[in-house]
Amino acid sequence: MTTYILKRFLQLIPVFLGATLLVYFLVFSLPGDPIVALFGDKPVNEAVASQLRAQYHLDQPFWVQYLLYLKSIFTFDLGQDFSGRPIAAVLGEVFPVTARLAIMALIFEAFFGILFGLIAGLRKGKLFDATVLVASLIVIGIPIFVLGFLLQYFIGVQLGWAKPTVSSAATVQDLILPAIVLGLGSFAYVLRLTRTSVLENMSADYVRTASAKGLSRFKVVRVHILRNSLIPVITFLGADLGALMGGAIVTEGIFNIPGVGNRLYRAVLSGEGPTVVSIVTVLVLIYCLSNLLVDLLYAWLDPRIRYDS
Amino acid sequence: MRFSRTSKALGLAAIAALALSGCGAGGTAAGSGTTGGDTSKVILVDGSEPQRPLMPADTNEVGGGKIMQMMFSGLVSYDPNGKPVNELAESIEGKDGQNFTIKIKKDQKFTNGEVITAKTFVDSWNFGAAAKNAQLSGSFFESIKGYDEASAEGSTVDTMSGLKVVDDQTFTVELKQPESDWPLRLGYTAFVPVPSGALADPKGFGEKPVGNGPYKMADGGWQHNVQIQLVPNPEYNGARKAKNAGVTFKIFQNDDAAYQDLLSNNLDVLQTIPTSALKNFKSDLGDRTINKPYAGNQTIAIPEYLPEWSGEAGKLRRQALSMAINRDEITKVIFSGARQPAKDFTAPVLDGYSDSIPGSENLKFDATKAKEAWAKADAIQKWDSNETFTIAYNADKGGHKAWVEAVVNQLKNTLGIKVEGKPYATFKEARNDATAKTLTGSIRAGWQADYPSLYNFLGPIYKTGAGSNDAKYANPEFDKAVSDGLNASTVADGNKAMNKAQEILLQDLPAIPLWYQVAQGGWSDKVTNVDYGWDGVPLYYNITGK
Amino acid sequence: MTPDENTSKHGAAALVERHHEHFVADLAETPLQATDRVKEDKAPLSLWGEAWRNLRKQPLFLISAVLILAVAAVSLFPGLFSGIDPTSEACQLANSDAGPADGHPLGFTQQGCDVYARVIFGTRSSVTVGLFTTLGVLLIGGVMGAVAGYYGGWVDAVLARINDIFFALPLILGAIVLMQLPMFRANRTVWTLVVILVTFGWPQIARITRGAVIEVRNADFVTAARSLGVSKFGALMRHVMPNSLAPIIVVATISLGTFIVAESTLSFLGIGLPPSVMSWGNDIQAAQASLRSNPMPLLYPAIALSITVLSFIMLGDALRDALDPKARKR
Repeated sequence: MTTYILKRFLQLIPVFLGATLLVYFLVFSLPGDPIVALFGDKPVNEAVASQLRAQYHLDQPFWVQYLLYLKSIFTFDLGQDFSGRPIAAVLGEVFPVTARLAIMALIFEAFFGILFGLIAGLRKGKLFDATVLVASLIVIGIPIFVLGFLLQYFIGVQLGWAKPTVSSAATVQDLILPAIVLGLGSFAYVLRLTRTSVLENMSADYVRTASAKGLSRFKVVRVHILRNSLIPVITFLGADLGALMGGAIVTEGIFNIPGVGNRLYRAVLSGEGPTVVSIVTVLVLIYCLSNLLVDLLYAWLDPRIRYDS
Repeated sequence: MRFSRTSKALGLAAIAALALSGCGAGGTAAGSGTTGGDTSKVILVDGSEPQRPLMPADTNEVGGGKIMQMMFSGLVSYDPNGKPVNELAESIEGKDGQNFTIKIKKDQKFTNGEVITAKTFVDSWNFGAAAKNAQLSGSFFESIKGYDEASAEGSTVDTMSGLKVVDDQTFTVELKQPESDWPLRLGYTAFVPVPSGALADPKGFGEKPVGNGPYKMADGGWQHNVQIQLVPNPEYNGARKAKNAGVTFKIFQNDDAAYQDLLSNNLDVLQTIPTSALKNFKSDLGDRTINKPYAGNQTIAIPEYLPEWSGEAGKLRRQALSMAINRDEITKVIFSGARQPAKDFTAPVLDGYSDSIPGSENLKFDATKAKEAWAKADAIQKWDSNETFTIAYNADKGGHKAWVEAVVNQLKNTLGIKVEGKPYATFKEARNDATAKTLTGSIRAGWQADYPSLYNFLGPIYKTGAGSNDAKYANPEFDKAVSDGLNASTVADGNKAMNKAQEILLQDLPAIPLWYQVAQGGWSDKVTNVDYGWDGVPLYYNITGK
Repeated sequence: MTPDENTSKHGAAALVERHHEHFVADLAETPLQATDRVKEDKAPLSLWGEAWRNLRKQPLFLISAVLILAVAAVSLFPGLFSGIDPTSEACQLANSDAGPADGHPLGFTQQGCDVYARVIFGTRSSVTVGLFTTLGVLLIGGVMGAVAGYYGGWVDAVLARINDIFFALPLILGAIVLMQLPMFRANRTVWTLVVILVTFGWPQIARITRGAVIEVRNADFVTAARSLGVSKFGALMRHVMPNSLAPIIVVATISLGTFIVAESTLSFLGIGLPPSVMSWGNDIQAAQASLRSNPMPLLYPAIALSITVLSFIMLGDALRDALDPKARKR
């Protein structure tokens, strides 16, 4: 197992190179000149523009730009964004906020998704099952920017149970409502995955054996059905952690959260290559690690799964 | 902004007259002179994250611009109606419109104690203009003699020969040629003085700027992407003295979130009501709203380099499009009154504005005449009925989609041609096509005045070769008419000449004027004395607690 | 085992109570079933054949089939369902946000368009985007995930890491770049959107498939099949995949809905369908601006979208039941 984990960590090197290269190339291919855009609809002062291009290496060919970026990473200086701030400082600001948000959303969707999915599976075809189906359809059918707006308006403004936007500290309490909104979309997946998996396992041999042995229904559900149903759910949640961190553009916009999604979105629009690449690189590392964690959980949940062979 | 190089002398009296007169509609709750209210309140308002370090000459967008205006005080500032008011200037004199002598007030200081002298101004302007400092607003100094040398690519010259310090309180400015409205521009952010520390370390200064305006930045006041805290500068003695205990700009990613905050009293003033709330904000806020036109407009520019839009047929077609758009209906239905139908190419708050310039009937909705004009054009050069006329806009900000769709539908309904909105994902993509002459149809173009004059809406956009001339319009007759305007000897004559120039535009329609901008904002019940300036920005210094 | 045997066994099992009398699993679900099938030559075909036989009898399947056919009919022949053709009759601002009127049962949008006609005519692009994107990600993600999970080792290492990289690419960045490619720039259609959503949507299905395959690949019946001489690839296709399908189907059916909604978010950012193409996503997005004053134009396309997703979820449930020998008995 140790060898396996070690190997996985070694794989981070090519992933890092591949991801930075690909993302840098995409940013490089973005239409429009980011420096021209800085002038707004005012006339462009060419002398100033070429100075700025040189400052951000935008006058260099793609390979030179990329290698310069790699060099800046290995000297632990990620460069600066257009407002002259060190990108490392920007990362240090946005990631903690979004990490809190994403983890809270993950806990929300995991807890309620698995709980409701389990009950729905155990009571297939009953009222509860039908109710959660309708609930998940609402979540799927109405985009997050509408659901988020409605929850913000009714819970935040009308009822005053929560602040409609997140305060500068972005505390856990502030983030409860945004986390629910962010987790809603994935909640439907977790719920349906758990339900299906539970249905499959309920008829499995070991469950029948366990029931026949006289184990209490609760114990059968907890030990045999739930544990064996978790693999697809864990797979989904592991992948979702990364998606929640990078894809919270809309939720962060609604609740005005100064996080990763917002910064990434702005950097893409303005064509700030180093900022985009730096953020995405951190995201890739998070994906790789969460994927590793998921793979290790497989082996723990199902002892038949081996990686060392 | 680019300025005419052909203008001649025009007395200083005319300069003041080029400025706005007080024809703005005024706030609903309070005028700027209102007194009373709680001056110990810190006002919480909406802002956006500045794009660049906070150096005045490097700031050309609204997020940073608002902060700079409050932290710095230049030679003049504009009053709520757009009239220039002396701030640091004792006097600005220039009889020939080319050589100016500027005297500044004594004992003016930055908040770090540094005294502001004539040299401070000269150094600051030289810094802004020199190419090696790469300041975005450098071209605002382009009229000054020696600018070309200092701003040339790779130039080592870092001073402009047209600026000379006479004594501590006096300096002279020589322009390349007479430009009589030049002093009017001095209220713009690029022209403020900056302390010597800023020139030595612009980057560090940009994080913690030190100014001389009505406000200064609180310690650690700029929390990036979160808020910018300003506190009153007790030493400031100008016209914009703070009447509150500070202004905190909360950074918002969009106006919708800010509006929800306003509704729950987590925000005191919201500059712009979001489109999603236009139908509700009056019932939500009652009389805590404002509806005041400001110096900005929206147009659709149609490039003349496209064959079907050139020549006589193109002109007729543009007139047809213009008359096929029902501006009254769109401003009412889509904007709920947050825009006013355009009657010319400028803005109604400006001095010299007229809503009845000959040719303005081309901006009136008239389906029959529109169809006639289109048919006439067809007789000259047939319109390919398979062709789709596109209206391009940027989708990343500004909320242009709804009105573009409405215009598209009206054109389809009236003219029976294929019309489509064409969204650009990013503003820079749109700018790229516009500047590189690679547009395939029309593009929306908005203009916010840099300084209050009719000329600012005409010269920089429609003169041959002008920097913001997206339509690539070139008409020597119009160019001459505008020059005549700058050369006129009296105010009224100058405005008359500008409106004569507009008569040409109203026939040619290089861009189709749609509507004038209206500042539509709201505030919480914790504050009062809210009014807006000529540029659509709230007069933050004047806001008090209740 | 012949189909007949199987059905009769099935019938018998259905009669058995939840608490079974016998403690040994019945034949159908032991590895024996798998080995039996291998001995018979027609396994892959009979698996799907069997599934089809089962499917036809399920009420869930019948309902979903009717719904899907209805949606398909609306997509293909919208003119049959709406007297108004919104592609030729443009909207009148005078009708902005008006309520239901004669001939306009669902009222009007902010632009003064007939909501009913737009929902009907928007079906085609929305369903195309949802359905073909789902098929695309199933194809790419399914193959990548199955191969990675089943073969493990360096194959897994390479494929799963590619997966990680693609997962992290911001959709908006990729979409803006792809949209400006010469082939898409001039002519943006629903297919442009399908390509973009597939390019950035497959990693999710790949991960789910990989996880499901890893779970199944070590199962006894796979080992048994392999020891009986079934090729590695054969075992993947005949034994591993059919038993891994459940979570894939779940994610795919829900994704169908999220892809339709994603189109709306992309339109919002100016990189979705051009405004001239009618789609539920475009309409939902446009209606958001007047959500508080007139929520109806948003509600109807959302309902249409939900019904479509519901029918595919039901189809997925039925398909899974039919394919899974264990759940089938229930």
